[in-house]
Amino acid sequence: MNIVVCVKYVPDAQADRTFSQDNTTDRTNVDGLLSELDEYAVEEALKLAEAGEGEVTVVTVGPDGAAEAIKKALQMGADKGVHVLDDAIHGSDAPATSLVLAEAVKKAAGGSPELVLMGLASTDGTMSVVPAMLAERLGLPQITQLSSLEIADGKVTGRRDSDAASDTLEAPLPAVVSVTDQINEPRYPSFKGIMAAKKKPVETWSLADLGVDAGQVGLESAWTKVESFTARPPREQGEIVTDEGDGGTKLAEFLAKAKLI
Amino acid sequence: MAEVLVLVDHTDGQVKKNTAELLTLARRLGEPSAVFVGKDVEAARPRLAQFGAEKVYVIDNPDVTGALAAPLAEALAAVAEQASPAAILLPTSGVNKEAAARLAVKTGSGLITDATNVEAGDSGVKTTQSAFASNFTVTSTVTTPTAIVTVKANATAPQAAQAGATAVPVEVTVSDAGKATQVTASEPKQKSGRPELTEAQIVVSGGRGTGGDFSPVEAFADTLGAAVGASRAAVDAGWYPHSNQVGQTGKQVSPQLYVAAGISGAIQHRAGMQTSKTIVAINKDEEAPIFELVDFGVVGDLFTVLPQANDAVKAAKS
Ligand SMILES: Cc1cc2nc3c(=O)[nH]c(=O)nc-3n(C[C@H](O)[C@H](O)[C@H](O)COP(=O)(O)OP(=O)(O)OC[C@H]3O[C@@H](n4cnc5c(N)ncnc54)[C@H](O)[C@@H]3O)c2cc1C
Ligand SMILES: Nc1ncnc2c1ncn2[C@@H]1O[C@H](COP(=O)(O)O)[C@@H](O)[C@H]1O
Repeated sequence: MNIVVCVKYVPDAQADRTFSQDNTTDRTNVDGLLSELDEYAVEEALKLAEAGEGEVTVVTVGPDGAAEAIKKALQMGADKGVHVLDDAIHGSDAPATSLVLAEAVKKAAGGSPELVLMGLASTDGTMSVVPAMLAERLGLPQITQLSSLEIADGKVTGRRDSDAASDTLEAPLPAVVSVTDQINEPRYPSFKGIMAAKKKPVETWSLADLGVDAGQVGLESAWTKVESFTARPPREQGEIVTDEGDGGTKLAEFLAKAKLI
Repeated sequence: MAEVLVLVDHTDGQVKKNTAELLTLARRLGEPSAVFVGKDVEAARPRLAQFGAEKVYVIDNPDVTGALAAPLAEALAAVAEQASPAAILLPTSGVNKEAAARLAVKTGSGLITDATNVEAGDSGVKTTQSAFASNFTVTSTVTTPTAIVTVKANATAPQAAQAGATAVPVEVTVSDAGKATQVTASEPKQKSGRPELTEAQIVVSGGRGTGGDFSPVEAFADTLGAAVGASRAAVDAGWYPHSNQVGQTGKQVSPQLYVAAGISGAIQHRAGMQTSKTIVAINKDEEAPIFELVDFGVVGDLFTVLPQANDAVKAAKS
């Protein structure tokens, strides 16, 4: 089976993430990495590929640094990578990203993909909308936010939890699937994997390679516009006491004084 | 005045509070119309009328349930075509965000998710949301003729404004592609009897420091009338259900009081709780990053501190 995994290169959540002058996410001055939530999608793809015949292609739409996200996925075990890189993409919103991704996925799969795996959310944008948008653009069923996944008889089945219920969903292949961080434990790249990744093919495509008009993407064409960003004032540290046998009492006194009880 | 669609969140016609909030916000943008998916619209109409819905578009079709995004998106697109709305507001949820995503592509409309405020702006609908683990507040404008916005709970206080709530049935035929994904089984979750995490005024959470014994956390929560939360470490260990997880991949809570017991305070946990009004932590390690956020912290063992605090609060209450 031909599996395409969409991965995003994001600013590290451990770093001081911020915005650039043009109100877009600062992807230059903050260290980036493969979105941790996409590691679960890569891992699931590798498990499926290992269980049967199959090839795993990772696709990313992002700036220069996004090559790092592909590299990490290849080190984990993916077979090949595609990097859609074009200055005109800078500042694209989710609908535009999904437009580019749709063309890239089709080209990477040599027509229609059999299975597209994606993460729960990108850890920078955290919208959880690109999988549904991609499914809409590809005219495919979506089966999303799965915390378990099985492929059999041309169908994908999985568990999706909501507050009210734990549902079992089923969709025919080809389909767009997103997975949560409950689904597996992503592997660390092995030394062998790191060495092997150096020889794996990575293609870089521009918008022209995909036949996407640059006027349809980018900051100027976005359907939403960030007007302003304000850092939330840091919380001031309050009183810290060390328990000397009366820590719980002091805690209760604080709650009473703050009129919380 | 242009219409503004509000997707109704309900159980068997019992309209939830977030719908009243969205109808209140919708009045800032135009004339609110509710979109009701299901068959119990008569039970819902009085409440929708009370909060200002002039019309109620009714989609009563077994193919559209609200549990799957693709058919819901097709149904909303059908209503949007009829109403040409200035905005479509949906309560934030996993399925609603994905339905909104498909709808955005179908209708060529800008989408904002998890808004905490919605206003009329000079050049389009203006929204507020938080970014980067709530370290930033961002305002945005949707520049397309229709704005699609999913709105978080408690974005505004519901205000009544009587209106007609005239039922307008909408015929929807879901495409074969839209019907491709099916729910084949559904297991209802057990109710804890405690308040909902995202609605609770007080949340008491436990982490890896509980060692799997949540009883002091639960006892303190029950004394305070609080919801119980958990860190991902506690959930991953199987000590507490995922539906109670607080953080980036769990729930985002913003209660009056958040108590973190045996939780270190990783950025992904903070992402779910650092906008709480008051934060209290109990942790054995005085270097734990959670202490950077607290209004009051106790360096100590949660197994002695929590029970003592529990007794003291009980005594103070009686
Ligand atoms: C993509 C991604 C998403 C994530 N999403 C989430 C999320 O949604 N929510 C979340 O919580 N985490 C999330 N995490 C995980 C997060 O990074 C941390 O690993 C996790 O929050 C740690 O949980 P903890 O604080 O309970 O455990 P630890 O970090 O192990 O901390 C346990 C704390 O308990 C203290 N302790 C131990 N014994 C006692 C005692 N007897 N009394 C008092 N204190 C004691 C210790 O001093 C320590 O500070 C995510 C991570 C990633 C990569
Ligand atoms: N620029 C991108 N390149 C490749 N995949 C992406 C990109 N943006 C989002 N995705 C995929 O869509 C998922 C959800 O992202 P989001 O909707 O931004 O929260 C991610 O986990 C990725 O799998």
